[in-house]
Amino acid sequence: MAELKEEVQTEKRKLLVTAPPHISHPDTTQKIMFTVVLSLLPIVVYDIYLFKIYAIITLFFSVFGAVFAEALIQQIRRMPSTISDGSAFLTGVLFALTLPPKVPWWISFIGGFVAIAIGKQAFGGLGYNVFNPALVGRIFVLLSWPKHLTSDWYDKVKLDAVTGATPMFVAKQFYLGSIKIDLSKFYEVHFFKNPYGSMGEASALLILVGFFILLLKRIIDYSTPLTYVATVGVLTALAGRDPIFYVLGGGLLFGAVFMATDYVTTPITRKGKVLFGFGAGVMTFLLRIYANTPEAVAYSILFMNALTPLIDIYTKPRVFGAKKR
Amino acid sequence: MRKAFKGGIHPPEYKEISKDCQITVLEAPERVVLPLSQHVGNPAKPIVNPKDKVVKGQLVAEAQGFVSANIHSPVSGTVIAITKHPSASGIRVESLIIEREESDEEFRYEPLENPEPRSIVERVFQAGIVGLGGAAFPTHVKLSPPEEYPVDTVIINGAECEPYLTVDYRLMIENTDEIIAGALLVKEAVGARRVIIAIESNKEDAAKKIASISPSEIEVVLLPTKYPQGSEKHLIKAVLGREVPQQGLPFHVGVLVQNIQTVIAVKRAVQEGIPLYERVITVSGQAVNNPSNIKVPVGTLVSYIIDILGGLKEDAKKVILGGPMTGIALGRLDVPVTKGTSGIVALSSDIVSRYDESDTCIRCGRCVEVCPMFLQPYLLGTLGRLGRADALIENNVYDCIECGSCSFICPSKRNLVQLIRVGKSIAREVKK
Ligand code: SF4
Ligand code: SF4
Repeated sequence: MAELKEEVQTEKRKLLVTAPPHISHPDTTQKIMFTVVLSLLPIVVYDIYLFKIYAIITLFFSVFGAVFAEALIQQIRRMPSTISDGSAFLTGVLFALTLPPKVPWWISFIGGFVAIAIGKQAFGGLGYNVFNPALVGRIFVLLSWPKHLTSDWYDKVKLDAVTGATPMFVAKQFYLGSIKIDLSKFYEVHFFKNPYGSMGEASALLILVGFFILLLKRIIDYSTPLTYVATVGVLTALAGRDPIFYVLGGGLLFGAVFMATDYVTTPITRKGKVLFGFGAGVMTFLLRIYANTPEAVAYSILFMNALTPLIDIYTKPRVFGAKKR
Repeated sequence: MRKAFKGGIHPPEYKEISKDCQITVLEAPERVVLPLSQHVGNPAKPIVNPKDKVVKGQLVAEAQGFVSANIHSPVSGTVIAITKHPSASGIRVESLIIEREESDEEFRYEPLENPEPRSIVERVFQAGIVGLGGAAFPTHVKLSPPEEYPVDTVIINGAECEPYLTVDYRLMIENTDEIIAGALLVKEAVGARRVIIAIESNKEDAAKKIASISPSEIEVVLLPTKYPQGSEKHLIKAVLGREVPQQGLPFHVGVLVQNIQTVIAVKRAVQEGIPLYERVITVSGQAVNNPSNIKVPVGTLVSYIIDILGGLKEDAKKVILGGPMTGIALGRLDVPVTKGTSGIVALSSDIVSRYDESDTCIRCGRCVEVCPMFLQPYLLGTLGRLGRADALIENNVYDCIECGSCSFICPSKRNLVQLIRVGKSIAREVKK
């Protein structure tokens, strides 16, 4: 057979050879994480305005604790650092916003650290954690130092000569018949300026602003927050209680918008997200009415986090071309 | 306009780079390289020997079995070797190498007048026609569906949903008559009742052009622009609302899909007796100096085409055979254009994406949202990496059409379709 010299390659430069596709969408994990941080910014700024240096200290030490835990653990395990993806930073901010502003700095730090160390890295890092890390941090500090997080560090409610720990507590007393108060007076408090709760609840209006930023930037789907809040509202009304008060108060809006939409710990499909919202709504309602816990929202979301793998399995979409079910 | 199929993505189109470039004919190269396997199915078997003289259009390699295709020489000249030559995939494959000589000689089959369906199919087989949209599946096989599945509708695929590519668009504008004639022949061949030419809305002018001269039995349908609209299953879904069953083929729902350029080849083979030995391709991308739509002999080397069109720009990072969603990145350019090559796209470094090795899934759900087959790419990707054959099959890995939508959309830059392909081959291995 004839000897054949192959054509000399005209291109001397090194061409990149990788598998298709060769183009990709400009969105990255980092961009998403910082967009969520951006959506929290109105609340954060307002907190700093309301609580001054207290808010700054709490935010700073929470974020520091979270990022420090991420760096430390990855260093020890000799894993590549993922600090730049922004997810530890976001967890730190979210955790801070579950705290009352005047909590001691070391609680913020330990909580932020635990959120990442136990809530995320113990499961294997980003994408593998079952529970919402910020809520893990929140429950951890609550159980460890209950007094600091319940009564000591909140401003007491003072309204119409009624004083009480939190608006939720006041409402409970009201429905037990032990005090008289017009609950609708709290609507405005919750909506515009609420110094009686955690920093994330400072204003329902600003939570909605964050919600719309997330929707507009197509970061989250509205199905979980909507079903969650609607379920709580309807059940509360059916139980003969003031649904507006219970929707605006008790961290529900903050949890529904920012915690129940966490990608890693909530269902993948829309059907699953609706189920998640519904389940969390029922749980929250039950815990609020029948159990004596001010942490109904946090517990409900964590509970649904645990069910998420199951929900994912049962809400798999029908494959194209498969027989209609 | 019809309703879109569910899922899919909207990648940047970049069609404007080459869409207004008229199809031009390149000066034929000195040498062509014809891989014996440039279609789906068995490789063809050479019927000429080194030193043999051949004329343009002469059959040089014969189809082996039903699913295979004839290969004809695109030039007159001398066979100089039958040897292994580099191909797009990076592997050397058995190829016929022919050196061109100036000559007007040309072989053509006898044109057929008012042909029977059977003789159309026969001619398509003789002429070595395969799907020119990229799949390179032998066309005569598609034209011979099993008798228990009569085809009532032929859809001519003018979606051209891959970014950059503009061949089909140019052909629709410039070779409108031939498309119509070819479409009617295909309809005749399978005894369908109607022909629908389906075109994405970003090529509305082409649709108008075709509609303006179509006879009544041809319907022109506009579809929303969305990737992968050109996938047969999704084209059928969008045009007719029929859903090809899992693991099924279009004829299972009474449909035959043919690409624009393929029906032109059918028309030429039947009415003019010309075998398939040349095709039109798009040469585009931010890193080419002269974006073009050109007609080239099959077997022309990519390096020759790029050189003659004025080379690549400084920042060329990747050269792709085909489109950027499913095409193959070339490591060397001395590889031939084959029957299935729809374009050459050169990307500059700012356009080329980088997929990430760390393979972290943040469970954002975007891949699930865009998967046009309604699969769970995030899960299949992970299972593919872990090599879990049973779980892969249980999660319908074989239904993946490898469109790459999941990889494109993933913010974590996992190359899901790649992991899934690996998963598929592992599953096949294990289940053998
Ligand atoms: S899983 Fe397959 S069919 Fe689905 S988007 Fe990815 S490549 Fe396309
Ligand atoms: S798009 Fe990527 S990050 Fe999002 S769920 Fe799919 S695989 Fe995971």
